[in-house]
Amino acid sequence: MNLGYLAYKNMVSKPLNLLLSLMLLSLSVSLVTFVFQLSQQLGDQLNKNIAPFDMVVGAKGSPLQLVLSSVLHVDVPTGNIKLKDMTALQNHPFVEKAIPVSYGDNYKGYRILGTETQYLNSYNAKLSEGRLYQKSFEVVVGSGVRSKLNLKLGDTFISSHGLADSGATGHEEHPYEVVGFLESTGTVVDQLLISNLKSIWDAHEHDGSKHNEGFEDKHQEDYEGHDHNEEHEHKDSENHQGHNHNDEYGNEEHENLEITSLLVKFKNPLGMVQLPRFINENTTMQAALPGLEIQRLMGLLSSGVQTINGIAVAILLVSALSIFISLLKTIRERKQELALLRTYGLGIGKLLGLALLEGLFLALLGFVLGWILGRIGVWGVSQYMQASYGYALRINSPELVELFLLSLILTLTIIATLLASRSIFKLNVAKTLSDA
Amino acid sequence: MVETSNLYYTYEDVTALTFPDIALTPGEHMLVMGPSGVGKTTLLYLMAGLLPPIRGNVVIDGTGLNMLSRKEIDKFRGEHIGLIFQQYHFIKSLNVSDNLHLRQTFPKSTNDKKRLHELAERLGLAEHLSKKVTELSQGQQQRLSIALGLIHKPKLVLADEPTSNLDDVNCIKVINLLKEEAEICKSSLLIITHDLRVMSHFHNRIEL
Repeated sequence: MNLGYLAYKNMVSKPLNLLLSLMLLSLSVSLVTFVFQLSQQLGDQLNKNIAPFDMVVGAKGSPLQLVLSSVLHVDVPTGNIKLKDMTALQNHPFVEKAIPVSYGDNYKGYRILGTETQYLNSYNAKLSEGRLYQKSFEVVVGSGVRSKLNLKLGDTFISSHGLADSGATGHEEHPYEVVGFLESTGTVVDQLLISNLKSIWDAHEHDGSKHNEGFEDKHQEDYEGHDHNEEHEHKDSENHQGHNHNDEYGNEEHENLEITSLLVKFKNPLGMVQLPRFINENTTMQAALPGLEIQRLMGLLSSGVQTINGIAVAILLVSALSIFISLLKTIRERKQELALLRTYGLGIGKLLGLALLEGLFLALLGFVLGWILGRIGVWGVSQYMQASYGYALRINSPELVELFLLSLILTLTIIATLLASRSIFKLNVAKTLSDA
Repeated sequence: MVETSNLYYTYEDVTALTFPDIALTPGEHMLVMGPSGVGKTTLLYLMAGLLPPIRGNVVIDGTGLNMLSRKEIDKFRGEHIGLIFQQYHFIKSLNVSDNLHLRQTFPKSTNDKKRLHELAERLGLAEHLSKKVTELSQGQQQRLSIALGLIHKPKLVLADEPTSNLDDVNCIKVINLLKEEAEICKSSLLIITHDLRVMSHFHNRIEL
């Protein structure tokens, strides 16, 4: 028989003490690891998603909303902007690339994004199967959507209005066809159905002529704000739309096409300084910097994270205290057993080792339980987020910070055990054995 | 060979205890008798190295306990001395079998299941091996205590009233077992007792 077995038996012989210490310890561990994973993964995910772009240009409104809707695809857009207004920006010397995006429909809650294939390159999204879209109403499907909706190449579907799965029917005239699947990128692309810009325009053109509610009405209002010249053009384009909606868009038509926003990557860091201010001050559009907005968002979150961490540390200290008290109690209760073990030939060192084993076993078990609880929490939040935002969290293996937490707990336990074990050194074996 | 010489001990300068010299050859047994308070149990602790004598020495197989450090005495005691206490001491979180097994393990791994079962059989504990120690009757606890003193084949067995809670049948069993074990393992046997049943079986005795 080894000391470990004895320590284990001693520990489980007091199940209530064990339960209390374990619960406190695992509660604090699960809190710390859960919050850590959540904030870290959210931050990582956000940063990964905004990384390809330095600036978003869209309709006026909240800059955070613009970033959330156009880059992260979790919020509703602020409105639409005209594609022709973007030409100058696209050709600006500071700009490396400027990708227009347009959206407003969904299929079973997953957004259909109209954009250029360059968008996929920005996220390094490669085809895993099929081909890229070549004409309107062909879509490539992100890996997350594919596994959730179980789509196959050649499948067709009808999109619905809006960005959430309302069950409402939409564009029956224009079913989309799945032509390709994307490899998993770990970014927002995984949660999207991506088509060309024209698909979005074509789909909504019909709505426009039918005077449907929703986005299109809002566009009209936006138009009023523009100068007369634009209004004329708009009317012209309506006439045009009457006859040639299946043809390629002519230059004239291009004048009035709308996009939701433009995603910009700068070539020159000066662009970051000059262009947003210029756009915000001199146009009816707004420019938002995803990096800045996300930093602001994380700043709001981090005070919450700190509060929870503070609570977790307090619980951790209480759990160390509870381990100390329960060890102190058992060592007192077991004084005679310790004296007996001395007569069996166990030196003071071995008895100390026994107490340490018991404490460390408890700490380790508490940590593992807490860690698992924390991961279950992450999994639960991940399920929720996936359902409502299309973002999934990973269940990571233990990370450095968590191992650091483990070593902190082990150190606390060793200190608590040594403090509780002082009486082992002073044990009077003969007297203790006679005092039965 | 176990020898004591000029052993002297005093509890906080109140009672001064002197002990006659004792010499036991391997396999030899001796009863220690005398009224309460003369230091019978103290003698036992001194011989087991649980109390350091103020004067005098205990030599077991050529090893003087006064030459050993506290740690070395712990180890020596674990290997060579078997103690049978008047009050029973067990590890309560372990069952009967594990308690016996534990005594075999430290410090020398004599992982001998056969001996464990044989001893349990001879002491009528075989069917109680998986019980908790607290579930045993007084008599069973005393027999377990005796088994714990013998299982590691010590050179010196020190027993303090080993038969006080036993009925006649079990008492005879224990006496025979102690004698047999002493014979087989060449153990010296020192028994403190008031029990007339024991006295009639052992003739070598000292009065304190």
